Amino acid sequence: MATTKKVNMDYAAGKPVDPRALEAMLPYMKSSYGNPSSLHVAGQEAKNALDEARIKVAELINAEKAESIIFTSGATESNNLSIKGAANRNKDRGTKIITSSVEHMSVINPVKFLTTKGFEAVFIPVDKFGILDLGSLEKELNDKTTLVSIVYANGEIGTIEPIKQISKIVHTKNAFLHVDATVAAGQIPIDVQDLGIDLLTISSNDMYGPKGAGALYVKDGIRIEPLLHGGGQEKGLRSGTENIPSIVAFGKAAEISKQEMQTHLEKLTKLRDRLIEGLLTPLPYTFLNGHPTNRLPDNVSVRYSFIEGESMLLSLEMNGVSVSSGSACASKTLEPSHVLLATGLKHEEAHGSIMFSLGRENSLEDVEYVIGLMPSIINRLRAMSPLTPKELKV
Amino acid sequence: MYSDKVMEHFKNPKNTGEIPDADGVGTVGNPVCGDLMTMYIKVKDDRIADIKFKTFGCGAAIATSSMTTDMAKGKTLEEALKITRADVATSLGGLPPVKMHCSNLAADALHAAIKDYYKKQEAATEVKK
Repeated sequence: MATTKKVNMDYAAGKPVDPRALEAMLPYMKSSYGNPSSLHVAGQEAKNALDEARIKVAELINAEKAESIIFTSGATESNNLSIKGAANRNKDRGTKIITSSVEHMSVINPVKFLTTKGFEAVFIPVDKFGILDLGSLEKELNDKTTLVSIVYANGEIGTIEPIKQISKIVHTKNAFLHVDATVAAGQIPIDVQDLGIDLLTISSNDMYGPKGAGALYVKDGIRIEPLLHGGGQEKGLRSGTENIPSIVAFGKAAEISKQEMQTHLEKLTKLRDRLIEGLLTPLPYTFLNGHPTNRLPDNVSVRYSFIEGESMLLSLEMNGVSVSSGSACASKTLEPSHVLLATGLKHEEAHGSIMFSLGRENSLEDVEYVIGLMPSIINRLRAMSPLTPKELKV
Repeated sequence: MYSDKVMEHFKNPKNTGEIPDADGVGTVGNPVCGDLMTMYIKVKDDRIADIKFKTFGCGAAIATSSMTTDMAKGKTLEEALKITRADVATSLGGLPPVKMHCSNLAADALHAAIKDYYKKQEAATEVKK
């Protein structure tokens, strides 16, 4: 089975930096290494670069002004800053936080942490496609609710949430809406003003910028408190000398993503739909996870009955293909993905899930190669499996 | 993550399948946890003349199943009962710590198959009496 062909379909785990973004950051590590807080020329050069990057990130999400963008070290920090920052700063108004059952761990864990500090947390369920139950949200929302945090689009199953409707519901009360757009921003159009978003998490690497950079959009008038206290950078919300090289590259990546969004979106959607069709058609007992149409252009999550995800992952790796699995056996915790379980899958169904995340570098040839590999991989593993349709009642 | 030996057994597992007229059958694990194994043995003169397995699980689960059947084939039942999970892991060049407990069930499946064989023998002797 020796092969030289390499296909990456695990772009969700990490993306290469766009060469133009890399080019843009290099001078800020070599010659222009000033500190934006300094008043001399080198410092002002860095300050100008920082301002320019802020404008580019603001434009990507149509923020009303560049100053609404707070640079952070990445999506995890942005989610923490938003959730802990908003909850603590508005404690005088209430202590109820609402989120969903399909959030990233960097939302779930800050929310859980807050429950040890006197806050109440509610996790709203989703339907079988992963779409938030709006009725439950309406029911749970009350005058004590200060923050609602919902993912824009799911990183595991690709489902895009009805953010505009969610925003309308949230704003019938005096609560803020935080949206985790880590995997969505840069891929699909997001307009924070039109959608009525108060706080938005953005990641650099997810839009082909460097790792270690991210941002939180904070709408004017939304009160949050910082996690880091120090020199008062980023309007006092994120102290510490700004990571200028990475922020510059992040800005460039945001600019490129905005300019080329339509092209990538169309191409990836075609590849995605072909991959889904090619995976589901030839084999029985094969299902799509997530929503068939309201989904990210790069996400293909499927599940195969009677077999387990890690063994599929290894089989693909033997053929040069990198993917991720929703199975417990491929995770540190030995629990299957909470997102898959939240969509109503049984443990044994979640174990059979595998996720392909496409990237700008993937071609139709890559997709056809993977489609061609799957039947023999699945049939081999199924032949070894003691499970049958009767036992699993599928 | 896995040793070369584990990958070798995952790629080309030995003794996969069922034995329809098996003398002993042992099943351990649970699909809910992500690992389920069934071992089939054929016994002749107190030795394991043939052995086959079916496994639902990760790479480690399949490799340990394959290795266990390899180790047990040709051994007396008494010898086969002495094969431990640790022996299987060692023969595979080690397993990642997280897999030692959950996916290393094949020795248990083998023991269950041998016990099933003994139970059936006892029942047959009872009938003869």
